[in-house]
Amino acid sequence: MFKKAVFLLTLLCVPVVLISAHAAHHEGWQCPEGYEGQTLNVFNWSTYIAEDTIPNFEQACGVTVNYDIFESNEAMLAIIRQGNPGYDIIVPSGDTVATMIRDELLIPLDLAMIPNMANVSPDLLDPIYDPGNAYSLPYQWGTIGVGYNTEKLPDGISSWEEVWSHEGPVAWLDDRRSMFGFALLLLGHDPNTADADEIAAARDYLIERSGNVVAIAADDGQVMLERGDVDITIEYNGDILALADECECDTYAYVLPVEGTGLWTDNLAIPVDAPNPALAMVFIDYVLDAQVGADISNYTAYASPNQAAIDQGLIDEEMLMDDSIYPSEETRMNLFTIQESTAEQDELYNNAWDELLIFIGG
Amino acid sequence: MVVEAGRGAALRNSAVQRDLAIRAVGRWLGLTLTPIFAYAFLWLPILVLLVFSFNESKSVSRLSGLSLGWYEGIFANVIGTGADFSTDEMLESFQNSLFIAGISTFVSTVIGTMVALALVRGRFPGKRILDGLLYFPLVIPEITQGVSLLLFFSILAKWWRAMSGQVIQRGYGTVIIAHVAFSISFVALVVRARLVDMNPNYEEAARDLGANEWRTFWRITFPLILPGVLAGALLAFTISLDDFVVTFFTRGAGFDTLPIYVFGLLKLSPTPAINAISTLMLVLSSLLVGVSLALQGREARTIR
Amino acid sequence: MRGERAERQPWQGLWLATPTLFWLLVFFVLPLLLVAVVSFMTRAQDAGGMLPFTLQHYERTLGIFSPILWRSLRIAALTTLLCLMMGYPLAFFISTRRSTVVRSLCLFLVILPFWTNFLIRTYAMRTLLANEGTINGILLDLGLLLQPLRLVDNQFGVLIGMVYGFLPFMVLPIYASVERFDFRYVDAAHDLGANDWRAFWRVVLPLTMPGVLAGSALVFIPSVGAYVTPVLMGGVRGLLIGNLIARQFGGSGNMPLGSAMSVVMMSVVLGIALLYWLIQRFTAIADGR
Repeated sequence: MFKKAVFLLTLLCVPVVLISAHAAHHEGWQCPEGYEGQTLNVFNWSTYIAEDTIPNFEQACGVTVNYDIFESNEAMLAIIRQGNPGYDIIVPSGDTVATMIRDELLIPLDLAMIPNMANVSPDLLDPIYDPGNAYSLPYQWGTIGVGYNTEKLPDGISSWEEVWSHEGPVAWLDDRRSMFGFALLLLGHDPNTADADEIAAARDYLIERSGNVVAIAADDGQVMLERGDVDITIEYNGDILALADECECDTYAYVLPVEGTGLWTDNLAIPVDAPNPALAMVFIDYVLDAQVGADISNYTAYASPNQAAIDQGLIDEEMLMDDSIYPSEETRMNLFTIQESTAEQDELYNNAWDELLIFIGG
Repeated sequence: MVVEAGRGAALRNSAVQRDLAIRAVGRWLGLTLTPIFAYAFLWLPILVLLVFSFNESKSVSRLSGLSLGWYEGIFANVIGTGADFSTDEMLESFQNSLFIAGISTFVSTVIGTMVALALVRGRFPGKRILDGLLYFPLVIPEITQGVSLLLFFSILAKWWRAMSGQVIQRGYGTVIIAHVAFSISFVALVVRARLVDMNPNYEEAARDLGANEWRTFWRITFPLILPGVLAGALLAFTISLDDFVVTFFTRGAGFDTLPIYVFGLLKLSPTPAINAISTLMLVLSSLLVGVSLALQGREARTIR
Repeated sequence: MRGERAERQPWQGLWLATPTLFWLLVFFVLPLLLVAVVSFMTRAQDAGGMLPFTLQHYERTLGIFSPILWRSLRIAALTTLLCLMMGYPLAFFISTRRSTVVRSLCLFLVILPFWTNFLIRTYAMRTLLANEGTINGILLDLGLLLQPLRLVDNQFGVLIGMVYGFLPFMVLPIYASVERFDFRYVDAAHDLGANDWRAFWRVVLPLTMPGVLAGSALVFIPSVGAYVTPVLMGGVRGLLIGNLIARQFGGSGNMPLGSAMSVVMMSVVLGIALLYWLIQRFTAIADGR
């Protein structure tokens, strides 16, 4: 629905732009000069950008954008660690930003080149994982919850217990820190623990409850849900909400389990050895433009960090009211955030996650 | 006694008949039913894909009406969710695939033919080791080839960066190197088989008539092994075009080949769109096979 | 005269072999050696290897990860067996067609799916078997089922997917050897009193064994290291060693562990290849060749 509206709007805008090219340009974001003919390599999560975001940027700056997708923070991190294969922009979550700063895998931002930083909500600036936004600026934020098929579960679902005990195929999410976070939370431990015994206990807790698990979704749980491969999937909120939106049906629903779940912020950052960091900063400024940011969030159904877009009424009203997209203070009390991951934590969680995979389904 | 003997014979007779009947059934099962089942097994999935690519709805079990909607999507440049997929990008990845398959086939055909000649006609120490080495790419699982090259290129890149401060980017170069590495063997083994079958008297006759090695090769040997060289090249080209695993581990940023692109599509796009794309790819590859078979048939006739 | 020439040019033809030698040593053997070395190293913070040397990755591979190793070998063996059971009669059927046109057509029908992109073929099989796929959909519509059969996202799905993907590798070598087989041997066996079964087991099968062995090797090797089929057909329950290795070089970030797994898998495959070679040698000697 929103997608169609956006599409129609773009369509309507095209003649206007053609007729009064100059007037239109003053309205929207303007590309600084001197980048014509250059190339930008973007490495982003799947289904995480509006359809015209990239083409518009290519047109505004006269550049070519190569767009690649990754499926988890860990997968992206592994690729950058093996030697950046040529990406200029990456989109790590908060804890991964901290890890990458620690391991010197990011290039500092030149904030003077990013005037649109002023649009970002003050709540999301200067985060714990990146003091002073030296290396990153927020892209979008959201929750992890449960997407399910209302035809298969007519009574709905509200808790993790019901996910574990469902009699039908279920997909988990290949986001080890969040998955262990749920288990640790339910066991009464700190979701950010570094204690080997607690992590082992969480692993065993999950293995015991994996009887109905058929897949560990690599950020594609919404597709499995849509294709009928699973009845329930653990996913990031926008992926499920965008699906519900797109099908214009009541078949898919998203809930935040009552026991509590995860909250995350994804960030725009520039990895070391990026071939074109200057153009990358220009791109960050472009994404933080109120209209561009609003288009992305309206399309992907994630929450926008762009306060200017919210204040100017560019974000879809319905979404702003939706507690599963912009959770209220009360809801947020129940959400945990994964903090920085030390090298020891990395190893403990990675090993536990691999061991868990072996025992699912025997 | 006599009666008993008669009964025994009758029993034996019926046993033989039963035996024969079982064998006939077994024969039928083995020689007729299994092949029919095998053909159904090979073709049913493809036929399902084909039929349901014309389905109006998303179902793959119930035809609700015929429609070209999924094909229209492809030609309207929309094949997936969001900005991740478009027909243009898919065609670009196909171009990359053709380019990589073309270059790696050329390189591996030239040096693969050379090594086949060396193995059959040459004599030098270590020939047997080289012979064994050629079987390596056939025996080592693809995943091992992929990760070993990933490790190799990543160590190489780090070392080079420390030495010269320059960054090596993975992309065409690394993928082509990897594809040549596994293609050489296929070419060499096919060409070698042809060379072994070849009658060496022709070459000796040419030399006796005063032709030098170079001339002998181009006038006599090469035309005779050409079908082998072409078959090897075709094999190398097909394998390169279809390769997913090794490419996946050696590719660079924003660099897709067709299989890499299709893999992303399979994970994230609605089923009927994929069915339509698959049908188009199937039609294309059948045309290619048809043409190559027709050419081979014609060549075979002209030689005879 | 020949001997004389050989003496004059002990390095004859080496230059022709040099490019291949270089390429295979640098871009094939060297990377494999790197894997072997890294497999004994400690995991570094950046997922690579560092000193000191350790055996812990082999301990984990053969310890806690051994169920996946066994699963991979079991599924590869089953795949090979099913391909053989289906591929042999099929190859036999094709090569015994009298008309050349029919024979070419039959062969073409096996090769054509083989020319289709491997991913697409596997996905087509998934479409057939999925929860909301063709088979389940039809059976549910007919009222023969109340719940969909779980045919994918488990080991069964991987097995079917691999048999489907690798069947042509089995058929083509067997076809080649059956086609070369002289059927007068069967007549001779019959004349000597052998029935069909006996003639098959004693004459046809031994003489087409090279094709069977080659086909089995061509199916077994890619099955052990399979990556794509388990991803598309197996979900998490059909995870194989190849997927686990890939994870160590990707998300799980433990290249030394992934290297150790690769070395173990490679040893198994090379061991089986050696066995194959020995069997071939043995049959060759037995045949007096």
